[in-house]
Amino acid sequence: MNKKFIISPSPHIHGHDTTSKLMRDVLIALIPAFAVSVVVFGVTSIVITAVAVAACILFEYLIQKFLIKGPGTICNLSAVLTGVLLAFNMPPHIPLWIVIVGALVAIGIGKMSFGGLGTNPFNPALVGRVFLLISFPGQMTDYPSPSPDAMSGATPLAFVKESLKSGKGISEIMPDLVSYQDMIIGFKGGSIGEIAAAALILGFIFLLWRKVITWHIPVVIVITMALFSGILNLADPERYINPLFHILNGGTLLGAIYMATDYVTSPMVKKAMVIYAIGIGLITILIRVFGAYPEGMSFAILIMNAIVPLLNKYIKPKRFGEVVKK
Amino acid sequence: MLKTFRLGGIHPSDNKLSRTNAIEECGLPETVAIPLSQHIGAPAVACVKKGDKVLTGQIIATAAGFVSSNIHSSVSGTVVSVDNLPDEGGVRRPTVTIKVEGDEWMENIDRTDKIIKECNLGRKEILEKITAGGIVGMGGATFPTHVKLSIPPDKKADCLIINGVECEPYLTSDHRVMLERSEEFLVGVRILMKAIDVQKAYIGIEFNKRDAIDHLSDLTENTHDIDIVPLKVRYPQGGEKQLIDAIIKRQVSSGALPISVGAVVQNVSTTLAVYEAVQKNKPLIERVVTVTGKNVPVPANLMTRIGTPVSFIIDRCGGVAEDTGKIVNGGPMMGRAVANLDAGVTKGTSGILIFSEKESVRPVASICIKCAKCVSVCPMGLEPYLLYKLSVRNMLAETEENKVFDCIECGCCSYTCPAALPLLDRIRLSKAEVMRIIRERNLAKKV
Repeated sequence: MNKKFIISPSPHIHGHDTTSKLMRDVLIALIPAFAVSVVVFGVTSIVITAVAVAACILFEYLIQKFLIKGPGTICNLSAVLTGVLLAFNMPPHIPLWIVIVGALVAIGIGKMSFGGLGTNPFNPALVGRVFLLISFPGQMTDYPSPSPDAMSGATPLAFVKESLKSGKGISEIMPDLVSYQDMIIGFKGGSIGEIAAAALILGFIFLLWRKVITWHIPVVIVITMALFSGILNLADPERYINPLFHILNGGTLLGAIYMATDYVTSPMVKKAMVIYAIGIGLITILIRVFGAYPEGMSFAILIMNAIVPLLNKYIKPKRFGEVVKK
Repeated sequence: MLKTFRLGGIHPSDNKLSRTNAIEECGLPETVAIPLSQHIGAPAVACVKKGDKVLTGQIIATAAGFVSSNIHSSVSGTVVSVDNLPDEGGVRRPTVTIKVEGDEWMENIDRTDKIIKECNLGRKEILEKITAGGIVGMGGATFPTHVKLSIPPDKKADCLIINGVECEPYLTSDHRVMLERSEEFLVGVRILMKAIDVQKAYIGIEFNKRDAIDHLSDLTENTHDIDIVPLKVRYPQGGEKQLIDAIIKRQVSSGALPISVGAVVQNVSTTLAVYEAVQKNKPLIERVVTVTGKNVPVPANLMTRIGTPVSFIIDRCGGVAEDTGKIVNGGPMMGRAVANLDAGVTKGTSGILIFSEKESVRPVASICIKCAKCVSVCPMGLEPYLLYKLSVRNMLAETEENKVFDCIECGCCSYTCPAALPLLDRIRLSKAEVMRIIRERNLAKKV
């Protein structure tokens, strides 16, 4: 036996998880929501998603090759995921050139300027979306209605906000609002990936099953939003709409399940995840109810992204055998 | 609900290929190479020299201090050399090489099959026999057993925990001992209980060994002093601190020993060795070694004399296949890669694991995506990604602050990392480095 064997330290086996497999699972989890958007909005969903993904891949490739001059990173699928999430945050009739600008900002500024995957402090897709929202407010809030008899030109959140501004009470607004059934299935105005609550939850169950994410961030965000909006609703049901409405509409589920849980920009320790999620829930409702925008999910996630390094530094996991101080 | 430990852990596929293979004799090689440092603590001091004739079971090296252990000849024959020879990893260590001539045992060793259940010895005599027999922890850590059983006067044990977990994938030696040597094993458990003066023993066995759980439960049905505790299959449940947490829900704090929570843990094979040393006067000269791997034609559990060359054992099981990439002494999670096939099996060798070239290749490392999987699987509640980062930047004081010394090197972090980062490699490096600095600091203080 003169053969040379490999000598390396333990462990000698690996769990076969890879970055690209995790990203692939998230993409699979988004398929139901994508399918619903195609049914509701038609081919335009496919076109916007395809353009966003292609642009993200192209920009990441070019920046990686000519500016960073590093090895290719397209295969880890993170650019594809950023593209899909960016597209899912677009209204269905957005001009494609705006989508491409968004992809450039998401990948170029949101991600590659910090050194690429793993180093960016903010969720790249949300950096792209918020940039577009501030730069092109008209196009970014133009939501055509999916069906002629529903209210037009606005998402349910925007519709409620406008109506409240004009002096109406919640009880007057409710009859004109889409039904809860339609909110769950997805027949309402909104960004292409956020409309179908049921489909997004289906993906969440898939991600939990595959152990890609844990329940902490999404569940705590939703509970926080429900509690906060619930208290407001109890205080004055005419001015503050019920919690279920907040949870089913806007980017709540898309944000809580797929964007707030982004590995790179969310905390490492369960306790910190809970704090982070409470923060997102509170800020979202604050913006929706008291702020200038009808929707606050993107801002809330970006704001909480900013304190993640702090949470990681100061919040330590429960150590084994740590003596509980009485 | 099956019991298990509370923090972290992983569930690799268990691959217990040799679970149904009964224990067989390995046979005698031509020579044995017996290292004098098969345990944690000071190497034993040789008391034989080149040319001496030795009998099977004869002492060949004596313990050098309290935390050390006697070494006995596992064969009869002539001492060929007492020299520094490369061990399995290629590091030169004092080793006694013996040429095998026949198999003549020391006369005081009882070699009959009769199971002696009665033990009328006192605590002190039991400890003396265990010390004399050179018994060490056979689960891999090889801590001298008499040291573990010598409870400091200010402490009191209230239970004995027997580690029948065998959470490492592939290994089945303890499993087979529990099935085939169950009665002797249970006598060993009671001897250990007497040695530490406790009325209760728990035998923790993972649920993938249903037959062992059932068999031992049947044997202990009418007794109240021994409980068989079925455990959920989860790695690293065989870690001493994890096992105590799983069975009696007490956590040993950082830097403390199990006795601080009133527990003493012993491994299954060690318990059998204790039985043999106390009841049969047989020192620790052989053990069950699992020879396994997907490429091994006939996986086996072999009763092997200590010092038997790894190459002999492998040949006994059909030799190495053409595409063998790595040979591991121990399990796939914590075992050590073997560089020198002439090195002998030691008291801590629970298995010889053979990997193909394909299985041996590590995945290519990419970059940390902060997925936090390493944090959630760490059974000690550490942050492997952070220790890794600090180690890369050589920030040693910070690694110490972040409890790098609590790491039990179970490898869950490296196993689970989707970026395949060498997390544990780095953590080991900083542990060693921090340890060196502390030692130098203490030395400087003395001067």
